[in-house]
Parts: sequence; C-alpha cells; structure tokens
Amino acid sequence: MGYQAKFKVWRGDAEGGDFVDYRVDVEEGEVVLDIMHRLQATQAGDMAVRWNCKAGKCGSCSAEVNGRPRLMCMTRMSTFGEDEEISVAPIRTFPVIRDLVTDVDFNYAKAREVPAFAPPEGVAPGEYRMAQADVERSQEFRKCIECFLCQNVCHVVRDHEENKEPFSGPRFLMRYAELDMHPLDVRNRKEDAQEDGGLGYCNITKCCTEVCPEHIKITDNALIPMKERVVDRKYDPLVWLGKKIFKRQELEQRGATGAQSLENPGPDNGSALDADRIGPVGTS
Amino acid sequence: MTDPGTTTAFEAAGEGATDVAAVTHHTYDVLVIGAGGAGLRAAIEARLRGKRVAIICKSLFGKAHTVMAEGGIAASMGNANPRDNWEVHFRDTMRGGKFLNNWRMAELHAKEAPQRVWELETYGALFDRTPDGKISQRNFGGHNFPRLAHVGDRTGLELIRTLQQKIVSLQQEDFARTGDYESDLAVFHEYTITELLKDGDRIAGAFGYRRPTGELVCFHSAAVVLATGGVGKSFKVTSNSWEYTGDGHALAMRAGAKLLNMEFVQFHPTGMVWPPSVKGILVTESVRGDGGVLKNSEGERFMFNYIPEVFREQYATSEDEGDRWYTDADNNRRPPELLPRDEVARAINNEVKEGRGSPAGGVYLDVSSRMPAAEITRRLPSMYHQFKELADVDITAGPMEVGPTCHYVMGGVEVDPDTAASAVPGLFAAGEVAGGMHGSNRLGGNSLSDLLVFGCRAGAGAAAYLDGLAEVPTVSDASVTSAREDVERPIHNSGGENAYTVHQELQQTMNDLVGIIRKADEMELALKKLHELRDRIPRVAVDGRRAYNPGWHLALDLRNMLMVSECIAMAALERQESRGGHTRDDYPTMDENWRQELLVCSLQDGPDGPTVQLEHQGQPAMREDLFDLFELDELKKYYTGDELGGHRSDAPPRQTRGTEGAGDEAERSSSTTETGGDPGGELTGGGA
Repeated sequence: MGYQAKFKVWRGDAEGGDFVDYRVDVEEGEVVLDIMHRLQATQAGDMAVRWNCKAGKCGSCSAEVNGRPRLMCMTRMSTFGEDEEISVAPIRTFPVIRDLVTDVDFNYAKAREVPAFAPPEGVAPGEYRMAQADVERSQEFRKCIECFLCQNVCHVVRDHEENKEPFSGPRFLMRYAELDMHPLDVRNRKEDAQEDGGLGYCNITKCCTEVCPEHIKITDNALIPMKERVVDRKYDPLVWLGKKIFKRQELEQRGATGAQSLENPGPDNGSALDADRIGPVGTS
Repeated sequence: MTDPGTTTAFEAAGEGATDVAAVTHHTYDVLVIGAGGAGLRAAIEARLRGKRVAIICKSLFGKAHTVMAEGGIAASMGNANPRDNWEVHFRDTMRGGKFLNNWRMAELHAKEAPQRVWELETYGALFDRTPDGKISQRNFGGHNFPRLAHVGDRTGLELIRTLQQKIVSLQQEDFARTGDYESDLAVFHEYTITELLKDGDRIAGAFGYRRPTGELVCFHSAAVVLATGGVGKSFKVTSNSWEYTGDGHALAMRAGAKLLNMEFVQFHPTGMVWPPSVKGILVTESVRGDGGVLKNSEGERFMFNYIPEVFREQYATSEDEGDRWYTDADNNRRPPELLPRDEVARAINNEVKEGRGSPAGGVYLDVSSRMPAAEITRRLPSMYHQFKELADVDITAGPMEVGPTCHYVMGGVEVDPDTAASAVPGLFAAGEVAGGMHGSNRLGGNSLSDLLVFGCRAGAGAAAYLDGLAEVPTVSDASVTSAREDVERPIHNSGGENAYTVHQELQQTMNDLVGIIRKADEMELALKKLHELRDRIPRVAVDGRRAYNPGWHLALDLRNMLMVSECIAMAALERQESRGGHTRDDYPTMDENWRQELLVCSLQDGPDGPTVQLEHQGQPAMREDLFDLFELDELKKYYTGDELGGHRSDAPPRQTRGTEGAGDEAERSSSTTETGGDPGGELTGGGA
C-alpha cells in the first residue's frame, strides 16, 4: 500500500534558495501536507511550513504543488502517479520568509483599506430582518477562508509588483461586492471598489475563480456584477455631480463615530454589561 | 502586520549565552493571548472601554481554531420555537454537564448569549434566516429547542471573520483619529508567549518570541487575558489543530493560578476514521441535528439501546417517534442520536468494541437515506466537500464512517464567573482555557456562545481591574533573563532528544492510557511515562536557526502539553466515578457524592522543581432561585439527600423570580401540574 515518493521541496529564505530532493514514505489516503509533516519529523526538523486545521477550513497551507496553487491539506497524493516527481514551492506573489512560508501581510494591509460594514441607523441589535435569498449572495463570498491563492494567482499583481499599491486583488474586491450586496449595509461601495480597490485593473481572466478551494465564483458572481454596478453609476450624471461632496461627508461621519465609541463605552455601543446582573458569586 | 512604532530594542545578554539576540519591548494596557472567538471579543471589549490592547496569536490573524466550529452558536433567542428562553438553556447546560457546572457561569451564559449573537449582526455577520427574516436556529444534542444560530456548517468561520472585521473597523476608527491603524488595537500574529511575568503577586507582562524571525519579545501589560483554547494536541486522535497545546493552561499554572475539572475531556462522537491521515477530523453534530442517524454494521439504529436513566423521560424510544420529532417537536420526544456528546461517544465506542463496527473501526452515520441530495449539499456544504475531497465518499449517496475524537477540554483556569479573573491579580481567562462553565460535559453549540459571553466579560473585567489599579507593576530584568533561558535552551542543547519523537510518545500515551475509557492501572502507567517524559523534555535539542523553525516551536510547546497531560491523568485517576467526559471502566456509574467534589491542580515547589499537585475543593451550592428551576425528581438523580433541602417543593410557591423568568414561570408551572412532576416538563412537550 505504501510507497516512496520523489519530492522536490523549495528550501531557502529571502536571500535565496533552491529545490532540495527528498524520498519519503507515503501511506494510503494521505495529502501533500502529511508528507511535509513526515519530512519535518524524520528528515528536515527545521523545514518551515505554515498550516493549521488540516481540513481545508483555515486557508493557511497554500503552496504551489507542481506549479499549481493549492492547499496542501486538500491535495491528495492519489492524484499523482507513484513515479511522478512532485515539486512543492512557496506561493510566488508574496515575499518568502523561509522555505514554504511567505509574508502575506500585503493582504492584511488591503483588508484595512475596505471600509467596514456600515450598519443601518436606528435598527437595534436583535431587530435585523433579512430574507434568506438576500443574504445568500454575500454568504457565498463569506465562505472565503483567506488562503490568498486568488491573490497569488492574479496576474495583475503576480508579475507586477508596481500594481500592489493601487490594486486590492480578487479577495478584497470580492469583499467590496459582499458589502455592496449585504441587505443592510448603507454605504455606497461602488466608488470605493473602483477608486480605492482598483477594480478597473481586473480584466476578468477568471484565474482567481479557478484556484479557489471553496469554489466561490469570484469573477462571475462578485467582480463582474460589481463592474456592472460601477459602470451604471459612472454614467449617471446626477451621481457624477454630487459624488465629491457626498464622499467628504461620509469620511467626516466615520471620524466622528470613531471618537464617540472611545469616549462613551456605555450601553450605546451594545457591549456594556448589565451592572445589576454582576454580583458576587454564591450569594443566595 | 507591522509592529507599532512604540518599540525600543535593547541588549539583554544572559550570562554565558552563546548568541545574543535583542529583546524587543512593547507596552499595552491589556494583552490578549489568543485570537479565537474569546480573545477577539475580549480585545474588542477592552478597546471599547478605552484601553490600549494588543492581541497575540500563534497563527495568522483569522486562522484560529474557532474557524473549525461548524454547527452553530447556542442562544435562546426563541426564533425557531418561541417557548425557548434562558431558563431552558440554563437547564439544558446543567444537565449536559451532569450538574457539575459552575452554575453562575451557566446562568450568565444562558442570559447573555442572545445579546452577544445579535451584536454580531451589527458587526456585519450574515446568519441563515427563518422565513420571517430572523436568525435561523437548528437542533443540536442536549438542546431542548432548536437553538443554534448557524451559517450552513461553517458557523465558526463566520464568527471569526465577523470579529476580525470588527477589529479592523475599530482600527479604521483609530486611524481616522491618530493616523495609525494600530495605535490602540494592535495584532501581533505568529507570535508565541512562553511565560507570564509578575511583579510580586501581580501580572506585569509576558515574554515570548516572534515565530517568523525568532526575535524575542517582552510585553509590558498589567492585565493579561488568556484565550488560548484547549489541549487536544496531547492526544493522538483529535479534531484540534497544532495550536492546541495547552499554552494558556500551563502559563496560568506557572503564574500561580489553579486549573479545575481537568479530568473532563470531551471526545466528540463523530470524527472521520478513514483514511488514516485524516483520522480525527470533525464531522459536525449538525448532521445528526438535521436528521442523520447512527447505525452499526448490522444496520441497527443502536442509540435506542443507550438512553441512560437520567435522560429516559426525554428521548424517543422508537424510531417512529424520533422521526416525527423533527417536524413536530411539541408532541414527540427527540431521537437518541441527539443525546449529549459523552453518551453518544461511549455508545459508539461500545458498538465497535462488541464487534458491530465498520471496517475502519467506526460506525455509520447516514444522512443520504434521510433527505434529498440537494438538501444535503445546501445544509451541510463543508461536510459534503470534506468527505468528497479527503475520503472519496459522497455523503448524498452513502453513509460516512465515524468514531470518537478528542475535541474539547472542559477543565481549565479557575475564574470568577462575573469578571473572568483568575486567582492571580491581573490574569483573566475566557473560552476553552477557562474551566467550570460546562461542568463534566459541554453541549454542542455552547462553546461559541461561551467564547462571546466570557470573552466580553474578560475584556470588561480586565478594563475594570486596570481602572482600580493604584500602581503599574514592573517587569524585572531577572524574570526576563529567566524566561529567555527557557526559550533558548533547545537551541543551546546539542545531541539531545528529537521534539517530534517525544511529542508522538506523549500523544500515544494519552490516547491509549487516558482516553475515552479509563482504568486505574492504565492511568498509573501513563503517569509513570509522563514522568519519564518530564525528564526528557528539557534535553530536547533543535537545529540552531531561529527563523520559522518548527522543531524549536514544538520543543517549547512540549512542556505545556506535558503539564496539562499530567493534570488530566492525575485528576482522572483520582475521580472514582463516571460522569460526562470522564468514564472509568472500574467505576462505571455516576456517584452523587462526587458531584460537588471539584479536583483542582496547581504547581507547587518541590525538591526536583515545581510539580503538579491535586486537591479537592467543594462546589458552591446553587442559588435558590436557580435550584428551583428544576423539578425535585430530576435533582434527586444528581444530588445527595442532604443537598436537596430548601427546594421550592418544600415551601409554598413564590410569586416571581425576577423579570426574565416571569413569562416562563406560568408556563412551567402549568406543565408541571399537567405532567405530574415530570422532570423538565417542557421536554415532553408541556401540555402533551
């Protein structure tokens, strides 16, 4: 049942590195991540691999297996021939830290540029009402496990370092779409996506959709509809006239709520504890 | 994520150190260790109360083990059945824990869970909906009404992402005010804390390292919230990720706090059993909540043979009745597949032991014969995906093979229920690392709600503690030097033990000898092996590079796993009864004399350095109004005769018990009269 597989694993750091050959045992039902763990335990104790859940739910173990961006925990060894040489390399678009681990902080920086969910005014917690059909569109995008494979494979940034500044990448353009389609979000997301997220850079080659381990239809369901909404809005002359003033007002409002919640941490922010209920334990 | 600009680096050369790395220092009001549901909710609360907060996590931000939670979050919102309320939830939780729970924690949890869930919607969460647009709620083991708010079977991911995005929104507010996203709320991801630092009795900070670089770090904070999760990586077959190495449990012990209930380890009944490499990965309880049934190799729905006496009145005795319950819960009793997890896990274990298991050593969990394929892929998308991709099994066409897997530790840091404060001033704990809330067994869905309720309280508790603090404690150079020596030891060791080998031996020991069914002689053997490992772990040596070196990281986690394993084995050997997540082959029944005995572990100095000590501790008696929420007949199954005095049945009925209970009071009384004192009258459908 078991056999010895031939692996080439990229070892190195920011200074450089190369593929190293390994021969390693494979047992029935294993995935590439199992093999990386066996290498660590038996031949390469210091080999850096980022992983967490080993069940395709956390999106930590992204790598390029035989050149294809994959989650190592969801890549079964049975998909390769026993004689096939399998290469494992770090995802290419982000700087290498060590071995298979890359610095993905680009994504966290982009996440901070997307304005947060803007709740409707005057709707108390517990009073939110939404139809299942309406939440499903955004729910599809919230299946994202942030493996960043779409960010890695998107050719806008994969070979163009200079585009990382103006372009958020498919994951975060999808976040704009998710908020735009949220039934109760009150902020206008079209302009954000176009001007801050760089939606125009996307030319819908669907590379992101192809690599998504959650099978989210990123291009068809998020990016294309968002592009259509942006176009609709752009050609509306009334929108064009008012948009600069509107944007400034929005920004000022955002600043104000920030200051408020720091100074008034009372019941208004919904997180205060009911003082009457806090008492010493054991009093009866 | 970038570090805040407030850091200063200085050389702290230890005596005789062969290579000297700088220690980077950071100062915050509150340090939250762990970025799962409890940690993030604590950080949000402390920040909203005006504190500068740092969150530290071993993984990337947003990858915490909470993402693995599938089924849902328990909160008695009453959206699916308006008869649900906090009192019913409280009763279910106490029953699930076999009345060993800290009742005050169970009370706060049941009362505050709905608020905490609704609040998530204001952060942008999108739960599945009822036809009238409210949050949908599903059935789960031990919960009397459909109570779990859910998003398909990826509820944990929704929880983590929502809280993560709320953190980002607070950072955006800070950016608008200060020009720095991390001025008041910073995330240090891929950092590990190895030691808590104290000034006298009080917490003064924490020491650790940055995983990608190996850089050493010292945080100066007067309040630390532990939200580090559980201990599953001490066992071989587990649903837990590599992060679950008992760090918070061990940090708290070394800082002088106590752990309680460590013998209670939950083995989830349904983990994958095939292929071997995925053994232990979770199969959500929602499969059963939504209608899935358990069968043995003879095709029998065997759970009907395993309804314990204490739950006899509340579960269906025929398949027909069980099946009717899914559509008419008011007039039928629930199927026994939905018994609490400890009962189901033991039943599966027994079926396999008696030769009625599946080829891979599990039993069959079948949903394919219970609903159309499209319904299965809609309700259980990640289960469909998981089996298809990892086992080549189509769950819409045939059954899954499942068996018990180590899933959750009920034991943890002893805390004050209201503030989450431990016995060490400045040290707080919330979520799985805290003990007491779930008693001897946790109900599914009660973990996510626990994280939010007590995460919030821990953040508030830490903020209040700081407000009352007269003087800021300081970190001594000596404590930093000592913590640093411990961290660097595996690098300076040469030719010693292999960290991976030692870890495998530890996991095998716990799995084989302190697992789901326990015996005295096996646990004694386990303790002997653990003592051997205790001598070997300080000799573990790793290749000297500091940057992202997993061998070094594991070497440092080992001592934590060992310490919690010793606590589990010692407490399990001491408790001579079977209750919840603790099953003794040699003491197979529950003993009411043990209900109020809590076993407490602490670290005491001895001739060979600090060792784990075990003590008995009494459980405070339940407050009268809560006690009265149960029928006397039910309490008699758990309590000794001496403890039953003062129940409402001894005195004329009182009029009210407070506003929250007013509505339910009338209904409960009526159901009591009609069913003639049936324990938990609502379970049989009240007026049925």
